[in-house]
Amino acid sequence: MSDVVKGIKVPVRLAYTAIAGRDMTRFYQAIREGKLLGRRCPSCRKVYVPPRGPCPTCGVATVDEVAVRDTGTVTTFCIVNVPYEGQTMKLPYVYAMVLLDGADLPLPHLVQGLEADQVRMGLRVRASWAPEAERPASMEAIRWFEPSGEPDASYDSYREHL
Amino acid sequence: MREVAIVSFAQLPAVRRDHVREDTEMLLPVLHEAVAASGIAKKDLGFTVSGSTDYLCGRPFSFVMALDAVGAFPPISESHVEMDGAWALYEAWVRLQHGDVDSALVYAFGKSSLGDVRAVLTQQLDPYLVAPLGPDSVSLAALQARVLLDRGRTTEREMAEIAARSRRDAMRNPSAQLRFDRGADLLLAEPYLVEPLRRHDCPPISDGACAMVIAAGDLARRVSRRPVFIAGIDHRIEAQGLGLRDLGDSPSTRLAAERAGVARAKVDFAEIHAPFTHQEVLVRDALGLAPGTPINPSGGALASNPVMVAGLTRIGEAAARLQAGDGERAVAHATSGPCLQQNLVCVLEARS
Repeated sequence: MSDVVKGIKVPVRLAYTAIAGRDMTRFYQAIREGKLLGRRCPSCRKVYVPPRGPCPTCGVATVDEVAVRDTGTVTTFCIVNVPYEGQTMKLPYVYAMVLLDGADLPLPHLVQGLEADQVRMGLRVRASWAPEAERPASMEAIRWFEPSGEPDASYDSYREHL
Repeated sequence: MREVAIVSFAQLPAVRRDHVREDTEMLLPVLHEAVAASGIAKKDLGFTVSGSTDYLCGRPFSFVMALDAVGAFPPISESHVEMDGAWALYEAWVRLQHGDVDSALVYAFGKSSLGDVRAVLTQQLDPYLVAPLGPDSVSLAALQARVLLDRGRTTEREMAEIAARSRRDAMRNPSAQLRFDRGADLLLAEPYLVEPLRRHDCPPISDGACAMVIAAGDLARRVSRRPVFIAGIDHRIEAQGLGLRDLGDSPSTRLAAERAGVARAKVDFAEIHAPFTHQEVLVRDALGLAPGTPINPSGGALASNPVMVAGLTRIGEAAARLQAGDGERAVAHATSGPCLQQNLVCVLEARS
C-alpha cells in the first residue's frame, strides 16, 4: 500500500490591505514627528496610548486627543534568551511594558542601555528616537527605551497598571 | 416558545470602501444607535452576540477586537458566530428561550474591501477537492444560474428585471450602495462577466455593519409601541460537496420555511438575501411566496452586500418596515456558503 495518499499540500495565499483606522492614523502621523498621541475616554478618563478607537471598558468613542511624554516606568518585563529566525537584537535582551507618563495603559517595547539582569519593575526610562529622517510611521520610530537616570518609581505609582 | 421581538435596528450605509474607519470605529455608531433606540439600558442587556469572519480582514480574533466597541466591563455574557449576523440572531433567540435573560444585542460587521472577496469566499469550500481548484464565488454562482436557465426556471431577462428592480427600489433606501434606475433592456445589452452572469446579476462589494436589539415579550411591549415579534425562525444546511447537491433547488430553504411557518398566514412582503439575481428566483420559489408578493423593498443584497452583514440586514430591514407600519407580517431570509448552501428563514409579525 505504498501508493496510499497520506496528505496533500494546498498552498493558500490571500492578500489584504490593512486600514489603521482614524485614531491610529493620527498616532502614526504624530510618532513620525517625535510626538506620542493618545486619547482620553470621556467616561472613565483613562488615556490610551496608542489610541484604540473606542474605550474598551466603557464602549464609547475616546474623543479628546492627549499628548503624552516620552518618559515612563517599566511595569513588567521579560528577558529574551531564545534565538529565532529573523532576530535583530543581540541576546539576551529585554522586552518590557512601559507605562508612559500621562498614559493609563502600558505599551510593549524594547529596553536597552543596561544589562538585562539590571532591568527591574519601576525602572524609569526615556524613549530613544530613531533619527528624524529615518523615522517610520510605526512604533519603530522609537528604537527602544533606555534608563532616564531618575530614581525608581514606587510600586504604588504603577500597581493599577500591571 | 417564549415570545421574542426585535425592538430596534441600526445600520451603517454600505460603501464600496471605507478607507478611514477600522472595525470598531465603524461599529461604534451603529451599536449606540441600536441600543439607544431600544429603550433598554446597555447595562441591562442580558446577552451580546456578533457575526463576522476573520477571513475578510485577514486578522485572527478580529471579533475580540470588535468587542472594544461594545464596552465589556463589568464583564458581559458574550458569544460570536463565524457566520452572517443572522445566525448570531438565531443564537440570541435560543439564548432568550432559556428564560433567564430578557434581552440581547446582536451585531455584524464586515469589510470586504480589505481583500479579494471572491478569493476569500473560495476558502469556505471543501479544502481537499474543490478549494484547490480555485473556483471563486461568482464562477460558482454562474454554474448555478446555468442550471436554472437550462431547466427553464428563469430567463436572462427575468434576472435583468430583478437587478433593475433591486437598484431602483434601493433609491428609497439611504443605506443602500447601488441606487439607480436602469432598465432591463439596457442591462441585457452588456457583455457577460462570467457567463451566463452579467455584472448586474452580481452583488456590489461592500463594507458595512449593523446592530439589533431583541427582547422577550413583556419587556418588548414595555419598551416598544409596535414590537416586531419573531413568529418563527429556523435554519437548515445542505451538503458541502457541490456535486452532492441539486444546485437548481433549495431544499434547505423549503424546510426552514416550513418549520418557521411561512405559509400560516398572508405574507405582506419578503426580504430575501440573494446576492445573485437567479438566487432570488430559487429562494422565492422555495419559500412558497404567493405570486406578486413584494420582494426586497430595501433593494436587497444586489444593492449592498457587506459579507456577514447582509443577512442580518434583511431581517432588520423587514422589522424596521413592519415597525413603521408598512405591513403586518413579513418573511426575512439569510444565506451562507456557496450557492445558497445554508439558509435561515425568519417570520416577523408586528403586534401593537
